Amino acid sequence: MDDGMKELGDHIAAASGATTGVSVRLGELMLETTPDKVVALLTFLRDDPKCLFKQLVDVCGVDWPEREKRFDVVYNLLSLAKNQRIRVKVATDETTPVPSAAAVYSSASWFERETYDLYGVWFADHPDLRRILTDYGFEGHPMRKDFPLTGFVEVRWDDVQKRVVYEPVKLTQEFRKFDFLSPWEGGIERMLPGDEKATKAS
Amino acid sequence: MGVITPAQSNSVNPAADAALSRALNDELADKGFVVAQLDKLVNWARSGSLWGLTFGLACCGVEMIHCWMSRYDLDRFGVAPMPSPRSADVMIVAGTLTNKMAPALRKVYDQMAEPRYVISMGSCANGGGYYHYSYAVVRGCDRVVPVDIYVPGCPPTAEALLYGVLQLQKKVRRVGTLVR
Repeated sequence: MDDGMKELGDHIAAASGATTGVSVRLGELMLETTPDKVVALLTFLRDDPKCLFKQLVDVCGVDWPEREKRFDVVYNLLSLAKNQRIRVKVATDETTPVPSAAAVYSSASWFERETYDLYGVWFADHPDLRRILTDYGFEGHPMRKDFPLTGFVEVRWDDVQKRVVYEPVKLTQEFRKFDFLSPWEGGIERMLPGDEKATKAS
Repeated sequence: MGVITPAQSNSVNPAADAALSRALNDELADKGFVVAQLDKLVNWARSGSLWGLTFGLACCGVEMIHCWMSRYDLDRFGVAPMPSPRSADVMIVAGTLTNKMAPALRKVYDQMAEPRYVISMGSCANGGGYYHYSYAVVRGCDRVVPVDIYVPGCPPTAEALLYGVLQLQKKVRRVGTLVR
């Protein structure tokens, strides 16, 4: 199975000339490319008789705040004809647009809107690039790592203005701090929160 | 709180109820009319036909459907599912209310005719629940509409919602007035 993937990956790299990296990890084939070549690569993957990845299953994003190009745009493709799946990754930043794949796969349109909405990745030549999930007039991109969990605004009904108004978030209960250290995974010697309450005798 | 079988009805004293019913029937046969207090009659009618606006927003909506299905059968309390706000009496907010949905929920509430009631069903509708700290969720639907009955649970069982509806009937009978 893995051998077939390796061969397919090498074939794609050689024939399309649009990849910057091919890898097989955890039994899954992954290609890397650059924004200027992604449409060519996707078109090749769709039309090449050895690939026939005719379905775009998902387009999603990944945020790596420490990287210079902080976003990955990930395309997951499925070939029913060859019983094969493939993942294509493109790195970009807040300002560099990625060419839209909507002309190659029609399903890309809404997936790219979702990626734009949640990560703020720009897609060039998109037919209708606007928010799809978040509230009307929402500001920010909530899946970015630097977006605060509670956001910036909250809503309530204003009985004077007779409409739902937006106000800055005011939490009545503070965040709970969770302890993710587990005594079952070593480090039992260490004090866990609450241990100071226990008596030595017991 | 269990399934109410016909043998053990809501009444505390079935014998007294039967006697009252007989007396009422005799009076009606004798005089051709009965005398009652109007507000009590109105409240009895209101509590006996609370049409529920089905505002299912998440998994709680499924439990709300269960409550209307054959096992608990809300219809036998006169609570019928009514998708149109114009004819509904009680809105059951079942599920997570998001910021985007809040104006729509309020609009639907405003379209309901008085007297109107709201049942907040489940943790999310009560106070945000699991999504309390989320950027997209209203921390309790009482920030948008006035709530009469809160049903706790995640999701509450159909039985719990049924109990909430019965509590609302009690509330209507106790505090309901002609002028609101």
